Amino acid sequence: MNRMNPTVLIIGYGNPGRVDDGLGPAFAKAAEEWNLPGVSVVTTYQLSVEDSHAVALNDFVIFADATVNETDEFYFRKLNPNTEVSHTTHHLEPAAVLGLAHSLFDTDCDGFELGIRGFAFNDFGEMLSPGAEENLHAALNFIKRLLSFENGLNSSTLEPHKLISKT
Amino acid sequence: MVAPVEPRKIVIEPVTRIEGHGKVTILLDEDRKVTQARLHIAEFRGFERYVQGRPYWEMPVLVQRLCGICPVSHHLCAAKAMDRIVGVDQLTPTAEKVRRLMHFGQMFQSHALHFFHLCSPDLLFGFDADPAIRNVIGVAKEHKELAVQGVMMRKYGQEIIRITAGKKIHGTGAIPGGVNKNVSIEERDYLLKDIDQMLEWARGALNLAKNYSLEHLETVKVFGSFDSNHLCIVRKDGAMDLYDGNIRAINKDGEKIFDGVDPQDYLDYIQEEVKSWSYMKFPFIRQLGPEKGWYRVGPLARLNACDFIDTPEAEAARKEFIGVTNGKPNNFTLAYHWARMIEILHSAEVIRDLLNDPDLQGEDLVLSGDRRPEAVALLEAPRGTLFHHYEVDENDQVKRCNLIVSTTNNNTPMNRAVETVARDHLQDKEEITEGLLNHIEVAIRAYDPCLSCATHALGQMPLVIELKDSDGQLLDSRAKGLSNSS
Repeated sequence: MNRMNPTVLIIGYGNPGRVDDGLGPAFAKAAEEWNLPGVSVVTTYQLSVEDSHAVALNDFVIFADATVNETDEFYFRKLNPNTEVSHTTHHLEPAAVLGLAHSLFDTDCDGFELGIRGFAFNDFGEMLSPGAEENLHAALNFIKRLLSFENGLNSSTLEPHKLISKT
Repeated sequence: MVAPVEPRKIVIEPVTRIEGHGKVTILLDEDRKVTQARLHIAEFRGFERYVQGRPYWEMPVLVQRLCGICPVSHHLCAAKAMDRIVGVDQLTPTAEKVRRLMHFGQMFQSHALHFFHLCSPDLLFGFDADPAIRNVIGVAKEHKELAVQGVMMRKYGQEIIRITAGKKIHGTGAIPGGVNKNVSIEERDYLLKDIDQMLEWARGALNLAKNYSLEHLETVKVFGSFDSNHLCIVRKDGAMDLYDGNIRAINKDGEKIFDGVDPQDYLDYIQEEVKSWSYMKFPFIRQLGPEKGWYRVGPLARLNACDFIDTPEAEAARKEFIGVTNGKPNNFTLAYHWARMIEILHSAEVIRDLLNDPDLQGEDLVLSGDRRPEAVALLEAPRGTLFHHYEVDENDQVKRCNLIVSTTNNNTPMNRAVETVARDHLQDKEEITEGLLNHIEVAIRAYDPCLSCATHALGQMPLVIELKDSDGQLLDSRAKGLSNSS
């Protein structure tokens, strides 16, 4: 890992055809337009095993997803690589993808989970609810500030306790 | 006097390491004998209604939203149907080969994911192994090289899809009458550089599945096994063809029930039955009726029903496979894994041959003809035969849609497998352990079902097991893997 010039992977995932479940892909689409150096963006429907390889090629990974959890606009927290839970389906949780990256590809990539609160998940439609739109913008502002840190991205800038009040 | 034991109902909900949300119930009588075993599909989505009123050209993009697991199969099957709607019966060589490359990329990655990450924990560690290690993380720890191969094979297939369809998930490459892009020299070379490695790993995976089957042949012969009919599409000369062909159905002895059936005529041969306890329909061969006409699809059925495979290494493997049953159809449920790995090698061979075909760089991509009001298309998806049937009105809007997805075709066989394993492994037991319950899931998992696709619903796979008496009273329960994430 080159922590002086680290690379960041943003994976936005979810189903954009199910209203606010598309928050992750919407986040990824907006983040891609930033064109920040060292930052690559992937959009996917759901996380799968092969994402572990892409994760392993980077120093940091941010998994962006919608959440139904009661939170403010969003939460952002560091992930512990999960090497214990069972893999029950084709879909993997972010911590399991990170765990596989560590187990299979000997990476020490740090992972973070960005959960953006959504409200409408049961309908069909490629749009976000008004509340989800607001939360998306708040999350985008937060992450862009984080990635554009004036001293450049490094391991200390991604220490959650230094920049992040949301848990 | 011994107090009578109340009848018990065992519920496995949902079944794990498959896609979608399924539930198994097993009813035991007073003597702990299995009286009923069923795989229930508890979610419903209704995609066939959802597409009504939409313009026909949206179908290849729209219907693939059925699922994030095998969207390419729906994308291509809908595109094949829309080819007929726009009056095209034969694509240009470039369009046909780009689509086939996309399809075999999908087959390759899907089979790799299932074998290495969903079923291999059972084969490598045993059906009764500690569930804490009987999972992909356990494979990563104990058999790291296999887990890495599975990831890289899956990724390779996804790269083929990305290049041919434009995106890994929900691409737009196939359009009515053709494709919207070819494969450039640079893209071809990017894929070619790894094909020899993929072939090597595919051979290794096939050997693993074959050796497991032969070393555990007595178990493989009986575990969840039963005689059945088999159905798939085959090429006109009888070769396995996963992209296009006519319908063939054989019985348990290999005798043809019907052959050479044009997909447009499928309703003359296939009927669907609805049962109150499942959202998944039960297809059967019309002339045999629902009791005797159910059939299996997927890798096992395809290996059984085809006359040969047109790539040399997979053909050699097929001959070895049918040698186990003296040339007769193989009706062993666990033989799905061996058959699936023959197909993964076949897919790698086809991908290699296609990548070396200059037609991929052709410029003639789309054809058109006289509009038709109705079309049927069939495709062999990774899990089995996929049926798409559309009627389009004079305003270009879809007015009727019928889909029979692969897993739906295997509905009755999966129920049979559950019942067989329940009778063989669960009845008369004093205690129903997690390992015993996993036997049920192993049988279902052999079919690689995609229940979210079959029922048109997205689902997660936590596991809840409940013991109930005949009045529905909960006697005991256990749960794992529950999640509140979106």
